[in-house]
Amino acid sequence: MTDWEVVLTILGLGVLTVLTRAFFFLPRRELPMPGWLREGLRYAPLAALAAVVAPEVVMTQGELIDTWRDARLYAFAAATAYYFWRRDILGTIVCGTAVMLALRLGLGW
Amino acid sequence: MPADALTAATPTWRHPEFRRGARDMVGIALGIAAWGLVTGVAMVKSGLEVPLAVLMSLVVYAGSAQLAALPLIATGAPVWVVWAAAFCVNLRFVIFSVQWRPYFVHLPFWARLRVGYFTADLNYVLFMRRFPDPTPAPEQLPYFWGGVAANWGAWQVASLTGIALAELVPTHWGIGFAGVIALLGVTYSLINDRVSWVAAGVAACAAVAAYALPLRLNIVVAIAAAVAIALIIDHLPAARGARR
Repeated sequence: MTDWEVVLTILGLGVLTVLTRAFFFLPRRELPMPGWLREGLRYAPLAALAAVVAPEVVMTQGELIDTWRDARLYAFAAATAYYFWRRDILGTIVCGTAVMLALRLGLGW
Repeated sequence: MPADALTAATPTWRHPEFRRGARDMVGIALGIAAWGLVTGVAMVKSGLEVPLAVLMSLVVYAGSAQLAALPLIATGAPVWVVWAAAFCVNLRFVIFSVQWRPYFVHLPFWARLRVGYFTADLNYVLFMRRFPDPTPAPEQLPYFWGGVAANWGAWQVASLTGIALAELVPTHWGIGFAGVIALLGVTYSLINDRVSWVAAGVAACAAVAAYALPLRLNIVVAIAAAVAIALIIDHLPAARGARR
């Protein structure tokens, strides 16, 4: 791709990101949606987050990990334990990352 | 002062809800910064020149779409393919915009576009937690902009830093995982009853099972599965009886 094609691509990506993010509130006219669907979509943020996190923890290169020697599993466990003990997100991040780095750099996991 | 008069009289950034929006976001800022840093580094390492990487960071402001587009741009895919891929990755935003609508649809058109640019995943999650009732109210916009200030600011600073320092960050450290831990914390903060545990579990399993789907469509599948299960559980006769 030439530089100008890349610039065009990037500008287009910007436009389509704004349009997808504003998709249902740009038009003034109401789109009919059944009440049960709106109710169910309350769970959408939680589902999206879980969907992003899960593969990052238990998969590598598109495959389920097959060894216990993966720093991420322990970081996940430590972060989970910390969160439900303290309910503080910053501490959870520090705790999980510390465990991951310790295992990755210390044991090569 | 009643909330309406307070909002009319105060510039957005002085409104107490602005500070609250920023404060709620700052706790997760470390994770946001990790994501931004990783994305900045990835842009340069995939071959994007620094000025183009900066342009992408500022214009697109969508980490997963950027990361999905990078290999396609690097291998010379046609422009429309890159756009189609990014659209699919962004489908979850279309779902989120359904819930954003009641809060924003009353704004003028250009204000809605501006909101559209700034609305990232975490703005959605935190805002919906703070204002679960879909009725517009004057303190919502200041809260939203406070969260945006923190999120956009942290992200861009980290991303530009990543672009600048790409050569120096050792990839094998896996710093990006700090971003995953941050998302994990936010995920847990949204779980408050048995149905949400089930929804999270179903979404996690579906996302892993459907991972082979291209263009991060596994996320859309996971959302659909979790929403379906949650609706089924919520409407089971036993559940309805227990609620009475």
